[in-house]
Amino acid sequence: MSTQAQTAGDSAGTRPSRAPRAPGRTPSGGGSKGTALTVLTWVLAGLFFFPVFWMVVTGFKNEADAYTETPNLFFTPTLEQFATVLDRGAPFFVNSMVATVLSTLLVLVLGVPAAYALSIRPVKKTQDVLFFAISTKMLPVVAVIVPLYVIAGQIKAIDSIGLLIVLYTSMNLPIALWMMRSFMQEIPGEVLEAAQMDGAGLMKTWRYVMLPMVGPGIAATALICVIFAWNEFFFAVNLTASAASTVPVYLVGFITSQGLFFAQLSAAATLASLPVIIAGWVAQKQLVRGLSMGAIK
Amino acid sequence: MTTLTKGPPASGTPTAPASGDGHHPKRDERRAGWVRRAPLLPALVFLILVTQFPFLVTVWYSLQSWNLVRPGSRQFVGLSNYVEVFQDRVFRQAALNTIVITGACVLIALLIGLLLAVLLDRPFRGRSLARTMLITPFLVMPVAGALLWKTTMFDPTYGIVGWVLSPFGLGDIDWISQFPVGAVVTALVWQWTPFMMLLLLAGLQSQDRSSLEAAQVDGAGPWRTFLYITLPHMRRYIELSVLLGAIYVVNTFDHIYMMTQGGPGTASANLPFYIYQRAFLGFDVGQAAAMGVVVVIGTIIVATVALRLIFTSFTKETP
Repeated sequence: MSTQAQTAGDSAGTRPSRAPRAPGRTPSGGGSKGTALTVLTWVLAGLFFFPVFWMVVTGFKNEADAYTETPNLFFTPTLEQFATVLDRGAPFFVNSMVATVLSTLLVLVLGVPAAYALSIRPVKKTQDVLFFAISTKMLPVVAVIVPLYVIAGQIKAIDSIGLLIVLYTSMNLPIALWMMRSFMQEIPGEVLEAAQMDGAGLMKTWRYVMLPMVGPGIAATALICVIFAWNEFFFAVNLTASAASTVPVYLVGFITSQGLFFAQLSAAATLASLPVIIAGWVAQKQLVRGLSMGAIK
Repeated sequence: MTTLTKGPPASGTPTAPASGDGHHPKRDERRAGWVRRAPLLPALVFLILVTQFPFLVTVWYSLQSWNLVRPGSRQFVGLSNYVEVFQDRVFRQAALNTIVITGACVLIALLIGLLLAVLLDRPFRGRSLARTMLITPFLVMPVAGALLWKTTMFDPTYGIVGWVLSPFGLGDIDWISQFPVGAVVTALVWQWTPFMMLLLLAGLQSQDRSSLEAAQVDGAGPWRTFLYITLPHMRRYIELSVLLGAIYVVNTFDHIYMMTQGGPGTASANLPFYIYQRAFLGFDVGQAAAMGVVVVIGTIIVATVALRLIFTSFTKETP
């Protein structure tokens, strides 16, 4: 972390070491203009955050409190909605967890060696492979949904988590390749040479030299994969029926009954979003790198 | 590289030291190549199988007339599905909607994102809290976000939006049925602005502080500094944000499915949603496949241009 004394809360997301500000811009905003900008920032932050805040608050209401023409903030909170959602939604949450965790593991199993072959000991056609990987992300998934549905039907894979795991892996693998490659490229060549000179084999070099250096990068990659897999809807809604349906599909159920269950759907939306929100808050810095596929450090 | 025998062309990568201990050099070279490729192959084969093979099947289906609810209807019809696709008024409208939704969402999110990034690049008390609040919409599950916008936000009677706008006489508008595209774009902008903001903020923070100070010493005001120094520096970050944002937003399905179901009628259907309708509500495999192929061809044309951009920004090293 930076040596200069920043406010304690500032360390989480922002770049660690920042040079002291240019003269003329005083640390706390710089006069009335600075204050105005700070106020504007908070207003916008409040505006963007409000729907999330409202979602959580409404989740603690009973339905009668949720249906008032003038929104009310003062009510007796209840856990009833969350209990109902956890009770009825449990199988969906389990399915989501299984699909997310296993597909992320599969991405890492396939992706870590592949990223190694694209960075540390690169194959000749590295650029072509990277190009191919990112181009698969550009192809619209709707273009393959029909054959996937027909093929999955023929091999009896409709409504199975295994199918979702395979599809989520293919969806995240290209991003993971780009991302992990960018982390692995940061390992200085001399370090690996030194390890080799010391007679360390591939496994030893990997375990004691590379893993400690790329570990955080692999964790960040896994996090991004988890986010995308947890939130995925298109495959889930089209290729599952009931047994393998995931959380987003569970939320669809609230549209048809819409008009009566604001509080319950808010509780469901809160629980559905909670894992990713927490993960994203914790790993704000890695988020940027992941979203840009490693292009922005 | 130290001892390079004259045989193999230097590929720019450090190859294994040429073995002079009696092996056939060419075979060794080939073996080394496979050793190098081996860790890559499982991932590559997997990707090709899962993403490319189904697409080839799509092309094959697109040449057939085939409706799932009429068994035995399957027959080869050549390009007639494509002719129908181009004559389909709804398909053209869906294409137009796709462009409008993607363009509006990316542009608005970019502008607000840039403003927020600039605001967050200043030091003030509680900055990381403000930043955390601002990225949260992006972390909300898209389906959940769309559901909330449809109900607690845009509901004509109990929605917050109506309540906030009622002093202006806009209280009783059913936003989703009257302005379906606008409502979808609003929800999308809410979701994607943080994404733009994050990438752009990273760009602002990578700026060389000394050139900013130099500009200030030279008497350039903050506005001119932003225009002539910050914006040019931000160019590749902006390009990258637009490109990545467009890749994700063009495939928007969740919001349309949850908020409007493409309606009223087909007013807010985009291509992903319309193809989904043809495939899973109309069970028209041939037509849906042909539309998929047309979309892919369109995407390839746009993507070739875009990829060139992304590659220049990826390969250019950050200082």
